[in-house]
Amino acid sequence: MGGLTLPLVTAPPGLARRVLRHRLGRAGLAIVLLVALLALVAPLVAHDPTAIETARRLEAPSFAALLGTDALGRDLFSRIVFGARWSLGAAAVTTALVLAIGVLVGLTAGYLGGMADALLMRIVDGLSAFPSLLLALAIIGTLGPGLFNAVLALTAVGWASYARVVRALVLSLRERPFVDAARATGASESHVLFRHVLPNVLPPVVVLATVEMGEIILALSALSFLGLGAQPPAPEWGAMLSDARGYLFTAPRLMIAPGLAITIAVVGLNLLGDGLRDLLDPRQS
Amino acid sequence: MIRTILRRLANLVPVWLGVSLLVFALGVLAPGDPAEALLQRRTGEPPTQQAVLEMRHQLGLDAPLPVRYARWLLAAVQGDLGVSLRTGAPVISDLRERFPATLELSLSALLLGLGIALPLGVGAAARAGSLLDHAARLFAIAGSSIPTFFSGYVLILLFSVTLHWLPVAGRGGVSHLVLPATTLALGFAAALARLTRAALLEELGEDYVRTARAKGLPERTVVLKHALRIALVPVVTFATTRFGHLLAGAAVVETVFGWPGIGKHIVDSIYDRDYPAIQGFVLFMGTVFVALHLAVDLVYPAIDPRVGARERSWAG
Repeated sequence: MGGLTLPLVTAPPGLARRVLRHRLGRAGLAIVLLVALLALVAPLVAHDPTAIETARRLEAPSFAALLGTDALGRDLFSRIVFGARWSLGAAAVTTALVLAIGVLVGLTAGYLGGMADALLMRIVDGLSAFPSLLLALAIIGTLGPGLFNAVLALTAVGWASYARVVRALVLSLRERPFVDAARATGASESHVLFRHVLPNVLPPVVVLATVEMGEIILALSALSFLGLGAQPPAPEWGAMLSDARGYLFTAPRLMIAPGLAITIAVVGLNLLGDGLRDLLDPRQS
Repeated sequence: MIRTILRRLANLVPVWLGVSLLVFALGVLAPGDPAEALLQRRTGEPPTQQAVLEMRHQLGLDAPLPVRYARWLLAAVQGDLGVSLRTGAPVISDLRERFPATLELSLSALLLGLGIALPLGVGAAARAGSLLDHAARLFAIAGSSIPTFFSGYVLILLFSVTLHWLPVAGRGGVSHLVLPATTLALGFAAALARLTRAALLEELGEDYVRTARAKGLPERTVVLKHALRIALVPVVTFATTRFGHLLAGAAVVETVFGWPGIGKHIVDSIYDRDYPAIQGFVLFMGTVFVALHLAVDLVYPAIDPRVGARERSWAG
């Protein structure tokens, strides 16, 4: 996860409406909603993605099987549709975990200051100095391959950048008059932290995390492609692409379909992210 | 200059030690007993308890953890990273044998990425809002959204299978290098083009640019000689730190193209639970990254005339 650039402003009111007015942001939002909808209604529009029909191996696309069947006679369209659940679901879980840890560490460091801050920020600096894929490989190397371990690995390497952003926000917030006012009324430190500081930290950080989900989808599917994430027969897009390698010359659609699925989902998230960043950071527009 | 280097080293050595501690901890936490695994590999049958105990002593696994860490680190800095369970060769010689291939691939991708991104980013900034600017934006979105394991196969389908211009896989001459390097370069070039555009646009709004224009300097000189020089500072920082990502990201591209580098090697080691190889790889790459960060500091004063006036912020 490269440079997180979030200006130190809280999300302005009416952000949703302004994203809709941003042309590319609107397109991105539409794509993301469409993919999410597909994941939600998957059982309604698709068959069992793991049902093997050896009599129907490598069938060409037809009305019965919109994208044809794979080497085991499984319906490719159904696997792509259910794959949205795997890819989006795993990315959403990773994002939630990364956020939870990042917010907790950032709050602690920013609010406590002193030694705790120095130590935590040293860890954050160390973590962000190294490519996340390398550390993820190290962790999966220890825990062993699997989607759950891949999620854990990406969480372990992903929280640092959020901790940094949250800490910076907390530092600017805790000097603000409304925080002083809360303290002056005799509110306890934890009350000030969770009821006054946290609600102002969360919105911009959640927005940031949402748009960074594209990176997480890419990382998770890359790990699955390497055989280190989701394992067959799971209809995860990266794993499907890996499966399709042997049929590159005879049935390239087995590789193109999941590849396009990942690309479309990530393009949607990146466009949405561009729109949000343009709106949040007036310098770049 | 020397003070800058020393100060940076004082920052980087703890980071490197942190990585070494992490790598060591991973080895300790890894399931299974290395002594047992080694004996099992050697003899092919489950070893006796006595043999395991002896091997544990021989490997120093019965010493307290701090002692083990110190011994391991001392051996590591001397190039002894242990013996790979999978290949039976010293880990360091496996890495040394395969690193040149990864370096060749990553350096080619770095140069290719710079060659694409700099002109594109500069053009997009100099003519903001033009057709070129829109094309650059499209390239940036595509490059950052298409997974390398997909673009790699698409390139193979296009240029190897359909057009028969380039070989499908393996390492050899330049023709073998073109597709993997392009695949690896795409994402990097996309991010770099975007950064170059943003950095240059910001400089073009500065007072010194207005002064240069007011002096009647041609626009070309203003953009390329004045603004670009300052805009290059974040660009170079990004490119250098991103080179580390290219080295790590090569694992995927190497798998696609059957490129015999360390990325492919490490993925195979993970399948085989070859912990010494995994540990050695991470420590090796960690050292490369520390060296890269130090290299940025050496290049930095050469580009930025204002160096020292402000502390550089480290983009991850």
